[in-house]
Amino acid sequence: MIPEAPASDEQTRDGGPTIRLVTTGHHLDESERIAPGATSDAAPMTFAEDEVVFRLESVSCFYGAFRAVRGVSLQVPRNKITALIGPSGSGKSTLLRSFNRMNDLIETARLDGRILYHGVDIYADGVDPVEVRRRIGMVFQKPNPFPKSIYDNVAFGPRVAGFKGNMDELVERSLTRAALWDEVKDKLRSPGTTLSGGQQQRLCIARAIAVEPDVILMDEPASALDPIATLRIEELMHELKENYTILIVTHSMQQAARASDYTAFLSMGEDRAGYLVEMAPTDRLFTSPQHRLTEDYITGRFG
Amino acid sequence: MSATPRSQAITAAEAVRRSLEGAGRTDWRSIGFQAVLVLLLVLTLGVLAWLLAVVFVNGTPVLLDRGTDFLTAPLASQPDRAGVGQAISGSLMLMAFVALISFPLGIGAAVYLEEYAADTAFTRLVNTVVRNLAGVPSIVYGLLGLAVFVVALGDVVGPGPASGRSLIAGGLTMAILVLPIVIITSAEALRAVPGAIREAAFGVGATRWEVVRSHVLPYAAPGIFTGTILSMARAFGETAPLILVGAVIGGFNVRYDSILEQLQGRYTALPTTVYDWARKPATFEGNVYAAIVVLIVVLLLVNALAIYLRNRFERRW
Repeated sequence: MIPEAPASDEQTRDGGPTIRLVTTGHHLDESERIAPGATSDAAPMTFAEDEVVFRLESVSCFYGAFRAVRGVSLQVPRNKITALIGPSGSGKSTLLRSFNRMNDLIETARLDGRILYHGVDIYADGVDPVEVRRRIGMVFQKPNPFPKSIYDNVAFGPRVAGFKGNMDELVERSLTRAALWDEVKDKLRSPGTTLSGGQQQRLCIARAIAVEPDVILMDEPASALDPIATLRIEELMHELKENYTILIVTHSMQQAARASDYTAFLSMGEDRAGYLVEMAPTDRLFTSPQHRLTEDYITGRFG
Repeated sequence: MSATPRSQAITAAEAVRRSLEGAGRTDWRSIGFQAVLVLLLVLTLGVLAWLLAVVFVNGTPVLLDRGTDFLTAPLASQPDRAGVGQAISGSLMLMAFVALISFPLGIGAAVYLEEYAADTAFTRLVNTVVRNLAGVPSIVYGLLGLAVFVVALGDVVGPGPASGRSLIAGGLTMAILVLPIVIITSAEALRAVPGAIREAAFGVGATRWEVVRSHVLPYAAPGIFTGTILSMARAFGETAPLILVGAVIGGFNVRYDSILEQLQGRYTALPTTVYDWARKPATFEGNVYAAIVVLIVVLLLVNALAIYLRNRFERRW
């Protein structure tokens, strides 16, 4: 189904040799089913089999009878930053929270279709959502440190995961990777809630990476932060993609353009359900969008 | 023509000045309303102060005169020998029952309702029923205790001379009486823990049990403490249900050999003693006031403890 492609880290500015827009019968069928009438005629983006961390197959999300996301099929590549952008109501946060079954916590939430994580359907029977969330960490829109010490904020995840090694070392490593260690190393016992907003968000990132996940989901992680703190988070994301696959929801097109490798643009349909309009390498999406809706959005004509 | 704008400008400034000064009007309505509010406050506090003054003025002489003897002496028919020793120990034992039974049950029920139960018609019904139970008059709980613990389970809770009207029966009745209050206050404290904290804990791969144990319960603890302690205070002051389930009025003089015997035996409580003495001849008047002073002081101590615990463990998000 997916053609062989060279390793994607050789990807170049113009989209590179590694990304191919593949048009197979199967995918065409799917995009027709996604958006009858009103949507994308662009072919979905695919990656080499071993580069794919997530593969979504016609994912629809429901809250009770309301369909918030309709028929999204896309692939998320490894060790890259993939941004989900789109206007309010386009279902990008809902979609993001489906990647680690966070929506399970909302009683009325339901999902159709399949989300394959390294080929395994995370919504299949017998899959433990707790294990899913251990591998697929999350950073939230508003910094939400526990009202506990900085140390305990970071150590909680490893503790419940049964970590047996040197906790001090793990805490230091996580805080260092989150670019926070130097600022907090002398006050690890003071509450995480006393830090500034930007520091709190980096603490939340340290907390997420302390359980050594494979993927980090970020739900508008900088929307509550000032520009300088935002820049720090973006720099941090860039460093983190060496080791992690990052999916970020953002309201800010500038942030998506600055920080991400790939961008998926979602919009809201007539039925008020969000759907995927197109996904492309970020620079291509912003310079030559395939779809009129995308162009209107990135040029600020709506949204 | 040229003078008109100038004179208009002056008039405009003057008009603004006058309007800002309120043209010397006095806002009588506002003053009147404020005066009524102050009067209401004085009336309310006045009644309370008067009540406390009467109680303390009449009660302290007995307390000063008798000293610790009043606090330790048993019930008796002679006012100068009667004390609240049995009443204090009975009340404290009742409190222990309330704490041991209604706290685990009530907090457990609240955690289940708030953190585990799905939002179904059944759980909504349970919530409504619990809220209504909290408003049921205490005498109704007394009747329940009488029917269930004293009559039906009398041989278990109070065999022998007590014939069911034992400390266990009274304690269980009180525990059930405050159970709905404990559930409601605990549920409110749990609800006050931000959802973002739960999400954060779930997000790093915690199970529901770990989220509740390590985060939700500890953060809700100050609120739960406050609510439960205040419910204890409520139970401490209840009289009517205890009279129904057999708190002794009059007197009893029993030495117990074991704690079990004491639990299955007769008992009395502070408010019941106050009620009892108040019906006795005027010679008991000083004792009544003194017992009320003891009751009020204990209640104030309990409330102070609740406030202290709340401030001590209060968290900011």
